[in-house]
Amino acid sequence: MPKVMMKVNGAEAAAEVEGRTLLSTYLRDLIGLTGTHVGCDTSQCGACVVLVDGQPVKSCTAFAADLEGAEVTTVEGMTNPDGSLSVIQQAFQDYHGLQCGFCTPGMVMSTAALLAENPKPSEEEIRHYLEGNICRCTGYQNIVRAVMAASGQDAGALAAE
Amino acid sequence: MPKDDGIGASVKRREDTRFLTGNGRYTDDINLRGQTYVHFLRSDVAHGKINGIDTSAAEAMPGVLKIFTATDFESAGGIPCGWQVTDRHGQPMQEPKHPILAEGKVRHVGDPIAAVVAETYEQARDAAEAIDLDIEELDPVVDMVKALQDGAPKVHDDLTSNLCYDWGFVEENKDAVNEAFGKAAHVVSLELTNNRLVANPMEPRVAVGDYDPWGDTHTLYTTSQNPHVIRLLMGAFVLSIPEHKLRVVAPDVGGGFGSKIYHYAEEAFCTYAAKIIKRPVKWTSSRSEAFISDAHGRDHKTKIELALDAEHNFMAIRTETYANMGAYLSTFAPSIPTWLHGTLMAGNYKTPLIYVNVKAVFTNTVPVDAYRGAGRPEATFQIERLVDKAARELGVDPVELRRKNFIKPEEFPYQTPVAVVYDTGNYHATMDKMLELADYANFESRRAESARNGKLRGFGIAHYIEACGIAPSNLVGQLGARAGLYESASVRVNATGSISVYTGSHSHGQGHETTFAQVVADMIGVDANSIEIHHGDTSNTPMGMGTYGSRSLAVGGSAIVKATNKVIDKAKKIAAHLLEAAPEDIELKDGKFSVAGTDKSVDWSGVTLAAYVPHNYPLEDLEPGLEETAFYDPSNFTYPSGAYGCEIELDPETGKIDILRFIAADDFGNIVNPMIVEGQVHGGLAQGIGQALLENCVYDENGQLLSGSYMDYAMPRSDDVRGFTVDHSCVTPCTHNPLGVKGCGEAGAIGSPPAVVNAAIDALHRAGHTHVKHIDMPLTPSRVWAAMNG
Repeated sequence: MPKVMMKVNGAEAAAEVEGRTLLSTYLRDLIGLTGTHVGCDTSQCGACVVLVDGQPVKSCTAFAADLEGAEVTTVEGMTNPDGSLSVIQQAFQDYHGLQCGFCTPGMVMSTAALLAENPKPSEEEIRHYLEGNICRCTGYQNIVRAVMAASGQDAGALAAE
Repeated sequence: MPKDDGIGASVKRREDTRFLTGNGRYTDDINLRGQTYVHFLRSDVAHGKINGIDTSAAEAMPGVLKIFTATDFESAGGIPCGWQVTDRHGQPMQEPKHPILAEGKVRHVGDPIAAVVAETYEQARDAAEAIDLDIEELDPVVDMVKALQDGAPKVHDDLTSNLCYDWGFVEENKDAVNEAFGKAAHVVSLELTNNRLVANPMEPRVAVGDYDPWGDTHTLYTTSQNPHVIRLLMGAFVLSIPEHKLRVVAPDVGGGFGSKIYHYAEEAFCTYAAKIIKRPVKWTSSRSEAFISDAHGRDHKTKIELALDAEHNFMAIRTETYANMGAYLSTFAPSIPTWLHGTLMAGNYKTPLIYVNVKAVFTNTVPVDAYRGAGRPEATFQIERLVDKAARELGVDPVELRRKNFIKPEEFPYQTPVAVVYDTGNYHATMDKMLELADYANFESRRAESARNGKLRGFGIAHYIEACGIAPSNLVGQLGARAGLYESASVRVNATGSISVYTGSHSHGQGHETTFAQVVADMIGVDANSIEIHHGDTSNTPMGMGTYGSRSLAVGGSAIVKATNKVIDKAKKIAAHLLEAAPEDIELKDGKFSVAGTDKSVDWSGVTLAAYVPHNYPLEDLEPGLEETAFYDPSNFTYPSGAYGCEIELDPETGKIDILRFIAADDFGNIVNPMIVEGQVHGGLAQGIGQALLENCVYDENGQLLSGSYMDYAMPRSDDVRGFTVDHSCVTPCTHNPLGVKGCGEAGAIGSPPAVVNAAIDALHRAGHTHVKHIDMPLTPSRVWAAMNG
């Protein structure tokens, strides 16, 4: 089986893969980064979102063999260099934007991608962008608040309608 | 002033840091040395006779270790049912065997037939495809009414019919109820469906079985809401493993909503197979597999009637419900349409006579069991839709009709005609609060604005009651429960004063590690960060019944209070010795013991150290150490209630409904962490709105599941639900548990579906579409449009 090398969270990673090995399998089972979660098998739930060369990707639909040399960021790579919670992670805790925590890695990674592209998104833009990430626990209101706060905006200013 | 990390404070959740950094430890994150993988070959037909299973080609495939079929489990028991319902005639329900792997017949799409254990997942899956099945398809029964007709195919050949039970409640009231209908000035009736749902926690189920031959001990890691219950059911009834040789661990669990209460065949399989294979065996469900193997929820068809007198007082309610059990009885399935549904049919109202009839039916579909709310959403939906319809038919204000019939605040405790006694409540207060927050008084101007934009605006009201904190063990025992429903806690105080709490409750998103620490911190007056909460491992927690039915704080929290009080009592005796005073003169405040009326004191850690280094200690009267266990068995259910208001806009061109605002005014009794309570309500509302507008589990007439993935089972996404206002300022504390708490986990999912549907009917009627009396959930654009234009 071919060996595929990637840079994951700044560190070199290498593992032998089959042609059908998914990026999510590569991360979770082959290099032991279990922070990335798999919640469905149809690319609908977004729990598995990671950044590949800066772009958000559902890792359950990407083949590892296609990603030789890619730079991948997972939720494990999102803390500050001193290990403390980053602005996005802290906002999710502050605004109770997670409950069971299973969709959370994907939410954090999608939020990072959103804010990289649109640093001050409106509530509508946040809701639209996160449509590819399903959360079954929170009802999304506190996730939207967390993203508002993470982008330096007033988290209390959600529209009543 | 509340303690800043004590009861009443919105303390941030301590568990979040591990979840936000990818350091949670979910079951699928567990990989054991030498681990093997199992793939289940499942039936792709709803009903069939197994004529042969040829595994010879598959066994020769690379990596295959063993292929199991039903014959490997001849010595094992079936998956047991935990509740026996007695029918109208005093007979026990029909209870079929539920084998680990299908025996002779397959009974639903997804029924496991064979299990391939291999070195890798891929090898197991590949080999399963090479198994040659000879299955003779039989006619399936999918529709509940047809399933009960003479000559219908039988799901279980050894049962007399597809009827599990025909239940009447209260059977003795039946004639009086019918008599009341004969005398009524008005009778309002409604036929409705409570749509079948799939719980869909984001984490699919996983099981890892491990066996240690040297100690003859089994360990099961599993995605469960109640590991002790799994140990009891699987150990005692399926695999004959005594408790001391069986450890069940439910680590971080990614949501449950009921679907992870039950003991599943895959858990028993992995536990058993690990001993046979002599290596750990792991199963990870795919989402497609979850849809055909996780227990589903709801799926009731009901006719409900309300009798009113000339003054619009409710006289009687009569219902007839068909409840789908699916192909086998899941762990608590029989109790959901009966004791968790019939006992709530009084709602918030003084209806003196009630008769509920429920026919539970076997069909060739996945088993159905509790899903968030479990029986209570079904009851609430019927009552609140019917009351709304009554108001419309009588031409009275739906708020006023409810207020007129509400149980009044001074009438508690209130004995309903359906067995339960509500301890407290103030429904007038929650209704007033909701209407105030909704700015109901100005609804008409908002409606006119919508109309100018070509949209139909509606406002829907629902008021719910639920019974939580399940339950008094002696009561549920009489009702057929095969388990006690207490909860347990051990509070272990360490020598330097830090505290380890072991609870029988289980957290899968509810934040127990934070809130339970708040309770203990408040009681003792120490820093919450000096308290650690442990749960989910039968090897270190006392026998507990787990988390469901909004019971964790009301029952599990009460056990923690009870154990902590035992600790405090003993600590006071130690302090009395150290301070040379009588124990009854010792006061504990802010983590310090003092002698009343003096300046003599010793702090918490001084006492705890004395307990473990007992040099100056009353050894003749008191054991060293400071650790206590308590079991709390509630004396009644708790009865959270609330008023929900939903404001929608409906596009008459497409039938699409948009939720504009949703107001929840709940009475949860006392609250430990308002932030977490608000989050629980948000989540419940989203699931309830999902049921009302989007979610539908659909089988075709052949028993094929049409909504078997996230491509076709529509759950709310971030754009679908919005505008939540949650209030819990109306408080009538529970009178019978030490914290005065009621439970908040299910309320949102119980109260919201009727509010949404009532809002849609309201919008249509205000726009002149008065021929629309009801639309069955989910209110998809096509259903709404068809109803409008029908």
